[in-house]
Amino acid sequence: MRANCWYGTGNVQVVDVPEPKILNPRDAIVKITSTAVCGSDLHLYNGFVPTMKRGDILGHEFMGEVVELGKGVNNLAVGDRVVVPFPIACGQCAQCQRDLYSLCENSNPNAWMAEKLWGYSPCGIFGYSHMLGGYAGGQAEYARVPFADVGPMKVPDHLDDEKVLFLTDIFPTGYMAADVCGIEPGDVVAVWGCGPVGQFAIKSAYLLGAEKVIAIDRFEYRLQMARDKGGAETINYEFTDVHEALKEMTGGRGPDHCIDAVGMEGHGPGLAGAYDKVKTMMMLETDRAYALRQAIMACRSGGTVSVAGVYSGFIDKFPMGVIVNRSLTLKSGQTHVHKYMRPLLERVERGEIDPSFVITHRMKLDDAPDAFEMFTQKEDDCVKVVLKP
Amino acid sequence: MQHNRNDEWDAGRLAATLGWIAVGLGATIAVRKLMGSTTDAEVAPRRSNRVRIERVTTINKPVHEVYAFWREFQNFPRFMRHLESVEVMGERRSRWRAKAPAGQSVEWDAEILEDREDEWIAWRSLPGSQVENSGSVRFSPAPGARGTEVRVQLQYSPPAGRVGRGIAWLFGEEPEQQIHDDLHRFKQLMETGEIPLSDGPSLWRPAQPARDPQEIRNLAGVRAS
Repeated sequence: MRANCWYGTGNVQVVDVPEPKILNPRDAIVKITSTAVCGSDLHLYNGFVPTMKRGDILGHEFMGEVVELGKGVNNLAVGDRVVVPFPIACGQCAQCQRDLYSLCENSNPNAWMAEKLWGYSPCGIFGYSHMLGGYAGGQAEYARVPFADVGPMKVPDHLDDEKVLFLTDIFPTGYMAADVCGIEPGDVVAVWGCGPVGQFAIKSAYLLGAEKVIAIDRFEYRLQMARDKGGAETINYEFTDVHEALKEMTGGRGPDHCIDAVGMEGHGPGLAGAYDKVKTMMMLETDRAYALRQAIMACRSGGTVSVAGVYSGFIDKFPMGVIVNRSLTLKSGQTHVHKYMRPLLERVERGEIDPSFVITHRMKLDDAPDAFEMFTQKEDDCVKVVLKP
Repeated sequence: MQHNRNDEWDAGRLAATLGWIAVGLGATIAVRKLMGSTTDAEVAPRRSNRVRIERVTTINKPVHEVYAFWREFQNFPRFMRHLESVEVMGERRSRWRAKAPAGQSVEWDAEILEDREDEWIAWRSLPGSQVENSGSVRFSPAPGARGTEVRVQLQYSPPAGRVGRGIAWLFGEEPEQQIHDDLHRFKQLMETGEIPLSDGPSLWRPAQPARDPQEIRNLAGVRAS
């Protein structure tokens, strides 16, 4: 089968690989009908995530048709059309039973690697480094889905792929980022980063009752999407002092909740931006946290800073004093997709949101290398690419 | 298999990078932690030639279920990476066979010293075994209905020569890590009924489907379930 594989920093190639087979009783094989490139794939592409190996199949946002089932999967049938959550979760460990599926204690066969870096291991993730399981990803014609009795969710035929594909990751990710803030009436939410997750965080904050959402980015086409599709007010940080602008827009209080939808490859203007760039290049710091620092500084006293963007290692100049002295709450986590998938599908079915609004490019799986390059360079006003095998 | 060490994040580069990060932060403590600090298990053989290991895990199952599964020693090769077979020869005796390098195997007989249902099992190898070893496992309910805490404690004296090398291999270069990983598999098996299989176990092969599933099982040291 054809699959998009990682071959080093800035190098992905679509090559022929063996088709997946059932390895365990709770496995399923899914014939992929739609798959997407995630912003977090760019962290792999740009070499920010350790334990990648040449030939790793990428992709953790995918859906398709069940073509084969292990003998332990009784709730699915061959022919079912399913969306597959990006975290792999067993459903039976203590974390899964608390609905913290991305912390599944059993789904990472390479847990020891993650334990060395993070103390304990989170769940395994499709196509996202050996440290997170070494699972072949879904930018391919077929994928093996472990614990298929727990993860994949059947979707109704009348909703086409583009309306449900993002239930696998970015819609729940943006939604969880807003959900953990505990938004109350009158709250203002600021969102750093208007990529796909940021766009869903904006929409979700409104769905959860925010009074106003303010979106921050430097690409005008993304800010325009945030205004037109998300109803957000916007700040372009290249031309505006974000801290002062947020104060001005919130009556001097600061946003009640600040969402970092940027992650570890943030860009910062001026001296601080250059500082992080040099430090990450010298491997003295692994993650650039410009957006996160700004979000913490800007947040209303007693407010919430919610981190949806991916960080993998260490950051520098973390303003802990702000968190302590102004009683901020820091929330984060890889998305517990299994918890959010069904309620969000219901919102799609009720017409409260059409997640396909983020799609700017539809391409063939074979064009994945072009898609990665375009997405990472922010060319052609790219926000979200959907690939068809 | 294609290799390009410059692009690839192998364990060495990960370790080196983490080292640099820690040096950059001036955090030598972090280095020690990330590199794995010197443990008793590593020091012990040099001092007394005796290795002692203790590991603990929590399993989201009631005590009696965990105890019962453990007490069926035949189950051990399903989660212990290098174990070939366990033959139960009577109420208290069993014969253990483990894989050793170059198609060799090592064997020893063990006897149960103490067996308290749902609480505690202690065993030791019988005199004259190729591998002198002993150990115990304690089962106790975790607080707040969090399942069962399983504490394993074992010690062995690696013999000299070929068999000694076999034993070193059996427990890996880091015996504590090996037992930790085996306990993780025990937990996976108990909680989910299977041991999840990576397409790219460790960093031995890329995360791509294998032509032959057995290749994956062999690399992972897991039997077909």
